[in-house]
Order: sequence, then C-alpha cells, then structure tokens
Amino acid sequence: MLRPRIIPCLLVRNKGLVKTIKFDNPKYVGDPINAVKIFNEKEADELIVFDIDATVNGTDPDYAMIKKLAAECRMPLCYGGGIRKIDQARQIIGLGVEKVAISSAALRDPELIEGIAGEIGSQSVVVVLDVRKSLFGRYEVVTHNGRKGTGLLPWEAARKAENLGAGEIVINSVDRDGEMKGYDMDLAQRVRDSVVLPMSVLGGAGSLDDIGRLIETCGVVGAAAGSLFVFKGPYRAVLINYPSTLERQALADRVKSNDRT
Amino acid sequence: MIAVIDYGLGNVLAFKNVFNRLNIQVAVAKSPEDLAGATQLILPGVGSFDHAMKQFDGSGMREEVEHLVLQCEIPILGVCVGMQMLAKSSEEGKLSGLGWIDAEVKRFDTPRMRQGMQLPHMGWNDVTLVVGGGLFRGLEDGARFYFLHSYYFACHDLKDVLATSDYGAEFSAGVRRNNIYGVQFHPEKSHHFGSQLLKNFSDL
Repeated sequence: MLRPRIIPCLLVRNKGLVKTIKFDNPKYVGDPINAVKIFNEKEADELIVFDIDATVNGTDPDYAMIKKLAAECRMPLCYGGGIRKIDQARQIIGLGVEKVAISSAALRDPELIEGIAGEIGSQSVVVVLDVRKSLFGRYEVVTHNGRKGTGLLPWEAARKAENLGAGEIVINSVDRDGEMKGYDMDLAQRVRDSVVLPMSVLGGAGSLDDIGRLIETCGVVGAAAGSLFVFKGPYRAVLINYPSTLERQALADRVKSNDRT
Repeated sequence: MIAVIDYGLGNVLAFKNVFNRLNIQVAVAKSPEDLAGATQLILPGVGSFDHAMKQFDGSGMREEVEHLVLQCEIPILGVCVGMQMLAKSSEEGKLSGLGWIDAEVKRFDTPRMRQGMQLPHMGWNDVTLVVGGGLFRGLEDGARFYFLHSYYFACHDLKDVLATSDYGAEFSAGVRRNNIYGVQFHPEKSHHFGSQLLKNFSDL
C-alpha cells in the first residue's frame, strides 16, 4: 500500500533554522544540518527545506548550504527558495536534491514549469502555492512571504501547474502557519479535487490527529508540518520530534479503504 | 570497488554517501578509464527515458559498461530510470533501451486506475518478495522503499521478477537476469531498507 507522506518542513534564514507564525516573526530554532541528522535517525518520509530569504531578497540559492543538506539527508529532499531559472534548478538537482520547489517565479512565468520539467523531469518539479484567505472567505495565491497578491485562485493555479508539467503541488496556508490549530481542510479538499498530481498540504498542523484528519479527507496525501515537528509542549520548547513507526502506521490506517491502492 | 556511473543523471552523491557510511569502497565513474577495477556497477537515472539513453550514449562509457556487464559479467544495478534503461523499449520514448532484460516500460494506465490514484507514483510503498535472499537478503519482512515514477517495468519473462509492489496493479519493483539487476525504487533514499539492499548488492 502506498502510504501518506509525513513531511517535516524546515525554514532557513541566514543559514539558521527558524519557525514563523503567519509567515512572520521568525524564531531561531537551531541548526539545519543538526535537524536533518535527527530526522535521519527518526527515518522521516521526506524533508522540505525552504530558504525564506532568497526570493524576497532576490538572491541566488545558497548552493554551498544545499550541498551540505543533500549530503547529510538520507531521505528524499525538496528544496525551495530563490529558483528563477532552469539552470539553477539543474544545478540544485546535480547537488543531490530530489525535488526543487518553485513558487513566485512559476506564477510570474508559468512556462518556467515546462522548461524545468523538460530539463530535470516532471517528477522533480514541485509547485508551491502560498494561499491567503480574505475576511470574506476568498482564497488567493500570494508570493514573497505572503506580501504580494496574485489574484489567482489556488485550485486554478494548481490545475495550470499540472498541465504545464509539475510533478507535485504543495498548498501552504499563510493564515494557518505556526498556529498549530489544524489544516485548512476546505482548501485541501478543493485543490485535491482539482488535480491528479500528488499533493502535500502545509500550514496549521498542531497534532498527529490533525494529520489523521487530513488523511481521512484527502486519502494518500503529503502531510507537511513545521511547528509540530520542531516544538514540544504548550510553551513551544524547541525539541525536534517525529511520529514513531506505530504512530505512522495508525495514521496510514486512516486512509479510507476505498482510497487504498 | 563499486563504481557509480555518472553520466549526468541521478543522485550519484547520495549513492556515494550511503557506501561511505557503510565503509564500502566506492568510486564515481565519469569516463571509461574510471571504470577500471570495478567489481560492481550502479546505473542511476532520473527524468525521461530518451534523455537518459541519450546522456548515457553521449557519456562515452556505454561500450565499456557493455563489456563489463556482458563479457566480464560483473553485477550491475539499475535504479529507477536506470532500471528502465535495462528494458528493450519504453512507452515514454522512441529510443531503444539496452535490452539486457526482456521487458518493456509502460505507463501506469490512469483510466483503469481507481479514482483518487495519483501520478507520479510518489512515496513509500511496500515491496513483496518473489525471490528472497541475494539482493533482498534481510528484507523479507515488511520492507518498504521510496518510489517516484510514472512508468513501470513490465517483464516478459516472469522468472526475472525478484520483487513486486502494488499501485493500482502489481508491477516489478525488483528484477534480475543473471548478473543484471534493477530496482524501480530509490534505495539511496530509503533509510535502513535501502542501505541493507545496497550492502547486499556490494556482497554479490
């Protein structure tokens, strides 16, 4: 049986590991390489690393850091942040990263998805959609750490990315980021219904039960989380953690039987 | 010494790191000269079938690899698209494969797949052994590996199938003909299951 993927998402800023709330107030939580080593020991399904400075500052990806992460990482690694050109994506894959994530550049220039997929294969192209919900309940894809609107509906942007050759969609809820009160299930469901691609959902997980609920709704899905895997307890003490084999089996068992393969 | 064939595709560094951790001698081969002294070969691969075949042809190593595999009969392990290259042909491309295993590579048949199934087949899936021991020694029970692919390896001779996995339909996850081995999943990114398999390969 194909299992849901439970994916720690690490945010990097000035080479340090941080955690944000609603894409703001980054709190330093440690060293990224150390975090990767711990997730190796815990045999995490996959890792996502986002450099949250690169796109906003318009800088190139930090290849030296990516190389170190990839060398340390014993599970599939997805890197995002600052990728604007095909050549950068090719270089990152060459450093031993399995997947590259693109977001603002792909929304500005959708053909970039096609270009990168043609070069490194669709399976390695992840399109990340950061999504904000307005007071009136309208969803919009945003970029630049949530500061720039695009006017795009998330499910339409996801479908377009699929048609252009993306291999995976990551839906990241800005409003839920760091809140640890659960995923935005309506958003997850609407995007799930719009694409056949594998999808991962990020933003809001505060407990394994939140992940379980996502799996019940979306089936075999990527359940990504930041705070849940770096904080412990009500005072958000930094402690890297990951569900045990038994806990993961219990989560996989929450895939409804008609969704099983 | 295990040589990882570096023709520009696939996660060569990841293989190197696993073998380094296991204290198994490994070298990255970028030219035919680098293949001298190899006792086992790894053929990695990602991306599209034709692109992979073209890159391999253009690497200058194909002739020497063919010599080592077909005349000297040293073990080779194709991984993901590297496995698919061992087949005769692929629905993904127009170029011929190496044809070392009597098989063709087919696309997962989406209309026949149940609703809710996604492509590519991405993530951790269980692997069921047809033939234990050898490459899969110690992996008889509850082994799972990381997959990332939209095409699968269809053997014409079922005797070549070492292990299967299931995604809508059963497909070959591991194959072998004589000294030629292939796995559809990524052992280099499959934690202790993958390390065990690569260790087994080094013992062949």
